[in-house]
Amino acid sequence: MRVSKWVALITLILFSMSIIAGCGGGKDTTGGAETPAGGEEIRIGLIAPLTGDVKTFGESVKNAFEMAMEEADYKVGDFTIKVFVEDDRNVATEAVNVAEKLITQNKVSAIVGSVTSSSTIPISEVAQAHGVVLVTPTATNPKVTVDAARKDYVFRACFIDPFQGTVAARFALDELGAKTAAVLFDQGNDYTIGLKDYFKQSFEAGGGTILAEEAYTKNDTDFSAVLTNIAKQKPDVLFLPDYYQKVSLIGKQARDKGITATFLGGDGWDSPELDFAVMDGGYQTNHYSPDDPRPEVTEWVEKYTAKYGQTPDALGTLAYDATKLVLKAIEDAGSTDPAAIRDAMAKIQGFQAVSGSISFDENGNPIKSAAILQIKDGAQKFVTVVNP
Amino acid sequence: MEYFLEQVINGLQLGLVYALIALGYTMVYGIVKLINFAHGDVFMVGAFIGYFGFTNWGLPWPLAIVVAAVLCACLGVLIERIAYRPLRYTARIMALISAIGVSFFIEYFCSLKFMFGPNYRVVQRPFEEIYWSIGGVTISNIQVLIFVTVVCMLVGLQYLVQRTKIGAAMRTVSFDHDTARLMGVNVDKTISFTFGIGAALAAVGGVLFAIAYPQIWTFMGVMPGLKAFTAAVLGGIGLIPGAMLGALIMGQAEVMTAAFISSQLRDAIAFSILILVLLVRPCGILGKTQPEKV
Amino acid sequence: MALKDGKRVLVFIAGVIAVYALVKLLAMTGFLNPYWLRILDQALIMTIGALGLSVIFGISGQFSIGHAAFFGIGAYSAGLVTKSLGGDPFTFLLALATGAFMAGLVAFLIGLPVLRLTSDYLGIATLGFGIIVKVGFDNANKVIPEMGGATGMTGIPQVANFEWIFIFCILSIVLARNLVQSGHGRACTALREDEVAANVVGINIFRYKMLAFVFGCTLAGLAGALYAHRYPFLHPSSFDFLPSIDFLIIVVLGGMGSLTGTIVTAIGWVFLLEGLRTVLGSTFVDYRGVIYALLLIIVILVRRQGIFGNKEYGFLAPVVRRKEGRNATIES
Repeated sequence: MRVSKWVALITLILFSMSIIAGCGGGKDTTGGAETPAGGEEIRIGLIAPLTGDVKTFGESVKNAFEMAMEEADYKVGDFTIKVFVEDDRNVATEAVNVAEKLITQNKVSAIVGSVTSSSTIPISEVAQAHGVVLVTPTATNPKVTVDAARKDYVFRACFIDPFQGTVAARFALDELGAKTAAVLFDQGNDYTIGLKDYFKQSFEAGGGTILAEEAYTKNDTDFSAVLTNIAKQKPDVLFLPDYYQKVSLIGKQARDKGITATFLGGDGWDSPELDFAVMDGGYQTNHYSPDDPRPEVTEWVEKYTAKYGQTPDALGTLAYDATKLVLKAIEDAGSTDPAAIRDAMAKIQGFQAVSGSISFDENGNPIKSAAILQIKDGAQKFVTVVNP
Repeated sequence: MEYFLEQVINGLQLGLVYALIALGYTMVYGIVKLINFAHGDVFMVGAFIGYFGFTNWGLPWPLAIVVAAVLCACLGVLIERIAYRPLRYTARIMALISAIGVSFFIEYFCSLKFMFGPNYRVVQRPFEEIYWSIGGVTISNIQVLIFVTVVCMLVGLQYLVQRTKIGAAMRTVSFDHDTARLMGVNVDKTISFTFGIGAALAAVGGVLFAIAYPQIWTFMGVMPGLKAFTAAVLGGIGLIPGAMLGALIMGQAEVMTAAFISSQLRDAIAFSILILVLLVRPCGILGKTQPEKV
Repeated sequence: MALKDGKRVLVFIAGVIAVYALVKLLAMTGFLNPYWLRILDQALIMTIGALGLSVIFGISGQFSIGHAAFFGIGAYSAGLVTKSLGGDPFTFLLALATGAFMAGLVAFLIGLPVLRLTSDYLGIATLGFGIIVKVGFDNANKVIPEMGGATGMTGIPQVANFEWIFIFCILSIVLARNLVQSGHGRACTALREDEVAANVVGINIFRYKMLAFVFGCTLAGLAGALYAHRYPFLHPSSFDFLPSIDFLIIVVLGGMGSLTGTIVTAIGWVFLLEGLRTVLGSTFVDYRGVIYALLLIIVILVRRQGIFGNKEYGFLAPVVRRKEGRNATIES
């Protein structure tokens, strides 16, 4: 018994040492300045939740990132690209760790990531401190790019919450003729809180009334209590600013409760996994319309569908654009120096991305128009376009 | 008043859903004194098997439930054999940590692409919903189905544990393993059986859950599992009627908080009630405080 | 006492200095890059928090699944201090003290009613408390806007470097060891072994439960306060139910009642999770969770009393070695 204990202890120590040694060794091979024959190397990192409960979002982002890289044939300008993919498990602590790893160990010049604001904000702090370019595909919280001061290395490919919330509210008031609205939001998710706040603000400013403002948490599956309350108030529209899987569930229960209000939402709805039958007749703001005749859009949808067997969701589209933006900036800069890439990125004007023509404002947010789509007969139909 | 009644029905539905999970949870706890953290994940596996059953394999839905229950019973027995049995005679907390490990394993393994995948799947209900309006409140056939199932589970479990031979063996095992062995009870078999039944119940709950809230994904079992266990503790852990009572109270507490106080404080108030109840009844509502042995 | 184990204290001090020198040397030669230094800091912070739970659960047997809530209370309150007063060393120390004090105070207040519960009921009550605290953090911006609610809290000066964290980690180890080996500590152990017997020999059960609980939660608060100054973003989901489970795993895996086990396991656990990244690389990154879970099960099955059982080594070992004075087995 005693002997076996010592054996176990020694095994454990050896195991942990081998890990540490492995890390040290790994650093030597990846950290050295080995230059491949094709020219100089540029390193690009991707951070996404690839394990854990939002893995499916991370998968979309990773698929799109890899597709953009394959299209570029892992080359940009005179550089060959070396890619590092890391998992943050949607945990803020791990996000900081992997950002530090990519920057100090893998020596990346630019990072694409992460998906949620709660892991992207800490990454943006690390990237800014080390002076490495970060482009987040989907983190909508304004704090990602500007906190106390502008984080000038950080950019994003998506709308920020104020824009989408305002567009949705104006559309409800002007086009749908809504007078009253109810809002349901995830109180632990800043994306839905942001959309809710700005929707409410502009809806009330435009003369509408918010009848109910109800919260749930990300693990809830039963919304009957709050929906019964909303059904009693009979609002004209029900604003559901969450991702597709949650709104499908809420939408179903809302209809079961006899709520006839028009559903309204944001780009989180954009996924082939939305329950189209339930959400029929609802409107959403989005980055682009699948009917859009622009070649960027048709090509992207076709290629993605061919490769992964389903149409891309909003997360994938934005990750593809974010990756393309990084490649474009590197090409313009002609350098692996993050500061040069940052300056090139800030200068990008009218870049034709899938989600529209992108230029950055002074806060690293893209200035682009929003499409309003209607869910009809199992597909998204283009309704109108709103310019910022 | 109508509004209030409707909220009562909502609370009842939520409570019954918790009871679906809590009954199996508490039965296993009652016999082996283990917080089986993997219960919620067996529940998830059951939901997936049932879903595959009635959408991909074309089984009629009651048969899909049976298939899910049988397969999950095997899974439950397997988990017990691998991860809990070797730890049976060590500190109880070790088996708990092992259960947490099993729970993580099932979650992460099932979300790999060649298993169920990380995606959220929309479940097409295998039958039409029907609504009845009684005195201003609406009741659906799904609610009735859940109610009937829970009642059957409750009665069946009580009968199994209190009136059958294997139930007697289970109760003996829950008192003392060595004595049980002396009485000629096969302890290993009895515990395997307990886990099998527990897992089968979880699977039935999972399929019904997937029909009631038509969406499944690999982490769907975590929160219902936790809430159901909390409900079981509230009622008096290990007691089958206690789990039922606890689940109903939890359901009402959550729904009433969301309806009349604040939906943002829903969980906070539900758990405050739990703590308050425990302070008054330290072993749960139906639990008896054991006289302290010296 | 000081005389008797003077030699071991000297060895311990020498060891501490050696470890510090080694880390500094490795950092200077570039073997440990900033990434691994950050992981080391995380490991030491986890150690402080886990030592807290080790005293509560491992030593005193009080089942708590809400430890991350106290970690969070420490992090947020310390963050508030430096965010509003600035990040000079004096304010930083004040923030650490505030974080630790607030966590201890809340522990005292919640402990008053809750510690009367035993076993799994106590576990569920602390779990419930953890969820209540999380809901509180989610809505905290309505009372204190700086805390940011669900959008998280930023802008805390990042002033905690390796030296600070190392010093406080060593301090926590010494404090925990001294508590455990004092008469109070023995009373706590007695509590774990048999409450009734402890009561009969005249130990004020409630008082010692409270002592262990407040001490442990104060350490959690201290760890949280350090975390807030090393990791630039606080989010309610970081102090949820799952992080509490992480602490529990560390304490049990290390061996109930073994501070040595807790320390080694906390450090090993953090390095394991990060090391898996490097081992698996970009291709198998999905398997990280699966392998972690498998390792967890295997270690528990191989080491059924935890990695260190209830043994202590070196400086942490009990001072008086008498045959019957050794710790008895854990309740089963």
